Amino acid sequence: MNEFGIINLSRRDFLKAGAGLTLGVTVPSLAQMPGQGGRSVVAAGALEPNAFVRIGTDNTVTVIVKHLEMGQGTYTGLPTLVAEELDADWGQIRVEGAPADASRYNNLFLGALQGTGGSTALANSYEQMRKAGAAARAMLLAAAAERWNVAPDSITIARGAVMHLPSNRRTNFGQLAASAAKLPVPKEVQLKDPKDFALIGRRVTRTDSRAKSNGTAIYTQDVKLPGMLTALVAHPPRFGGKPKSFDAAKAKAVKGVVDVVAIPQGVAVLAHDFWSAKKGRDALAVEWDESGAFKLGSAEIMAEYKNLAATPGLPARKEGDLPGAFARAAKTLEAAYEFPYLAHACMEPMNCVVKLSADACEIWNGEQFQSIDQPEVAAVLGMKPEQVKLNMLFAGGSFGRRANPHADYLVEAVQIAKGIDGRAPVKLVWTREDDMRAGHYRPMYYHALKAGLDAQGNIVAWQHRIVGQSILAGTAFEGMMVKDGIDATSVEGAANLPYAVPNLGVELHSPKMGVPVQWWRSVGSTHTAFSTETFLDELAAAAGKDPYQVRRTLLAKSPRHKTVLEMAATEADWTTPLVSARVGDRRGRGIAVHESFNTVVAQVAEVTVKRDGSYRVDRVMCAVDCGLAVNPDVVRAQMESGIVYGLTAAMYGAITLKDGVVEQSNFHDYMPLRMNEMPRIGVYIARSSEKPTGVGEPATPVIAPAVANALFAATGKPIRSLPIRIQT
Amino acid sequence: MITLNVNGKPMSVDADPDTPLLWVLRDHLGMTGTKYGCGMALCGACTVHVSGQPARSCSTSLAAVAGKRITTIEGIGQTKEGRVLQEAWIANDVPQCGYCQSGQIMSAAALLAKVKRPTDAEIESAMSGNVCRCGTYNRISLAVRQASRNLK
Repeated sequence: MNEFGIINLSRRDFLKAGAGLTLGVTVPSLAQMPGQGGRSVVAAGALEPNAFVRIGTDNTVTVIVKHLEMGQGTYTGLPTLVAEELDADWGQIRVEGAPADASRYNNLFLGALQGTGGSTALANSYEQMRKAGAAARAMLLAAAAERWNVAPDSITIARGAVMHLPSNRRTNFGQLAASAAKLPVPKEVQLKDPKDFALIGRRVTRTDSRAKSNGTAIYTQDVKLPGMLTALVAHPPRFGGKPKSFDAAKAKAVKGVVDVVAIPQGVAVLAHDFWSAKKGRDALAVEWDESGAFKLGSAEIMAEYKNLAATPGLPARKEGDLPGAFARAAKTLEAAYEFPYLAHACMEPMNCVVKLSADACEIWNGEQFQSIDQPEVAAVLGMKPEQVKLNMLFAGGSFGRRANPHADYLVEAVQIAKGIDGRAPVKLVWTREDDMRAGHYRPMYYHALKAGLDAQGNIVAWQHRIVGQSILAGTAFEGMMVKDGIDATSVEGAANLPYAVPNLGVELHSPKMGVPVQWWRSVGSTHTAFSTETFLDELAAAAGKDPYQVRRTLLAKSPRHKTVLEMAATEADWTTPLVSARVGDRRGRGIAVHESFNTVVAQVAEVTVKRDGSYRVDRVMCAVDCGLAVNPDVVRAQMESGIVYGLTAAMYGAITLKDGVVEQSNFHDYMPLRMNEMPRIGVYIARSSEKPTGVGEPATPVIAPAVANALFAATGKPIRSLPIRIQT
Repeated sequence: MITLNVNGKPMSVDADPDTPLLWVLRDHLGMTGTKYGCGMALCGACTVHVSGQPARSCSTSLAAVAGKRITTIEGIGQTKEGRVLQEAWIANDVPQCGYCQSGQIMSAAALLAKVKRPTDAEIESAMSGNVCRCGTYNRISLAVRQASRNLK
């Protein structure tokens, strides 16, 4: 192995693999990170099959992508990085999902862990994938030089063509692959100067658009194995419930039903097909043990949170002299904010295919967190994690849901397969209702904010108290990301408030509730961006100031924030008053800016409020600084996507509980935004030569405060709870 | 045995007559391009054409389509509307997760078969039954307009 860890795998696996050149890359500095348990630096000559690139004799370049494709574009972005440095033609690129093996496919931002999340996929792979491409290029070039007996620097590679121009000779990667595979890996590679980029920074078409437009893309829901049974599970009506007893007679009488088994999570009905399993489950009679069930409703939970908010919490940030500043303030304002539980509601409900054998477990899944799923599944089966093989398929959305910290639905599927002694492969299918009621929601939160203004209307004191369940408590991440009782994901976006306020305090209460919670697209920022950005508009209004100018002043020392803020405002023509289309309609414009996952997004929303109190969001101008935009069109798509996801939650999103029972079940009572409600969206990308930062999440948290501020501007009434309800 | 005509081919199915067409296609005929999203005709992911009309296959029983002509995403590329739509979908990189897109294209194809040059309002009305949680709506409407222009 050379110094940066590119291994020529094909030298060992050449015959076995058939033909071609296979390269892997490890980054020793990460392998050496502290706290990685028994993992050591990949030893020289270890030849771990750490493959990212495979060049076939058929002239295809297969890029092995370590991150789940759930819509965000990893199967396009990561191959772009390889293709760029390889000087490949985009048309010869193929994509394969990586297997579970954290020693090769770890997320470089998550230490030794393999997984997709936190808008890290492209950012952590930026140099790794480019190096993989550059090394492959160097070997192809050396093979061509040897074949033609010419100096390597006289060879040109462009768009997949390898050329010796002086002698007018030409070949391709496929014809060089076998001989290149026998060569040593270069000791070091030179990455391109960004000014020479041919693919990075331009739009290349998505690798998955065709398969996703003609029905051939395969999701977990589409996997069919010989002899496979489909399982539906009757789950307890309340969180913490367990099956006490059940009568399977009627279920088993349904044609197509094969078996009924109790598992810790409920009672599973297995059938030859979905519809039989569904009818079987409908016919099943289960008695539940609710001795440990959670029985509070949303109203009681919120009342408890309000009481807690009246008391000091644990400090997440403390600056200056807050009590003194409040005592001296000319004016004090307070506001409290309420946020409901939110379901992820991916278009493809959770599902998982499991095949057991005596010494292995094979899983097909929209696999998002290999380093959690492998050990969790292995524990159920008494196996070692490496005996669990994970096939990563396209995911029909995730928004965080498939990276479950307890591998909830995978474990459920494995329990069922175990329950029938592995005699058939099992596909667990959750119906929309199962999915909606399975918990692992974005937590409910209550925020209490208080600010002091001086005589000139400047903000001199800011106190922010947050109450809500910790997402990380009880997960493998607790030790890493909960410090002194502060779950970093509960206060992100609040504790790092970008505004220059001299006296500032952020406090947190993390009450325990029996409702399972989880990260949801943009995590803590889903609520902190809303309370901070709408409260700021209330303060600006109280001071008689323009909310855009207030932000510009307070962000004087945050150039990225200021840049996107100004871009969005300029695109929106901020200073030009909005015109009402109809008499009686009120229009308003609102602005918000927020940083999450190292990306800064500013949005201006324009709304129309009709006389009956209904409203629509007419237009959104979105500016983003995500470092270098590797694929500007994918960046635009993710901004559009984040806006729709955040706007849906702002307008409609609420999971509510009554006596512990979730009240919503499907898209009629957990409403998604539809095409007829879409605003026009403009996306503006700040020029940057910095390393790329994530784009999957950062547009999501900004839209709700931008819209709420627009409604405040239109009606004069602040929005302090979500989903938005207009007071008429 | 119930006989259907799927994408121009006669097919026989041995399933209960109350089985939704969605599960007949997916589990009995192995055609998985048509997706399950809600089971209540709320999201449109399961949209197919029955006798040329868009239908939510999750809420259409096998009995109701016996002998009828059914078109799915696997067959829509054989029609001129389906072909221009798929081309426009790819040209605009419409899909993200892609799970809803079969249904989106089937709804759009039914619209273009009926109205060759739909207005924005007609597109909105025809497509608002199809949910996309990735939020690709603006690209969908762009692609439908582009496909409409390319329809000879």
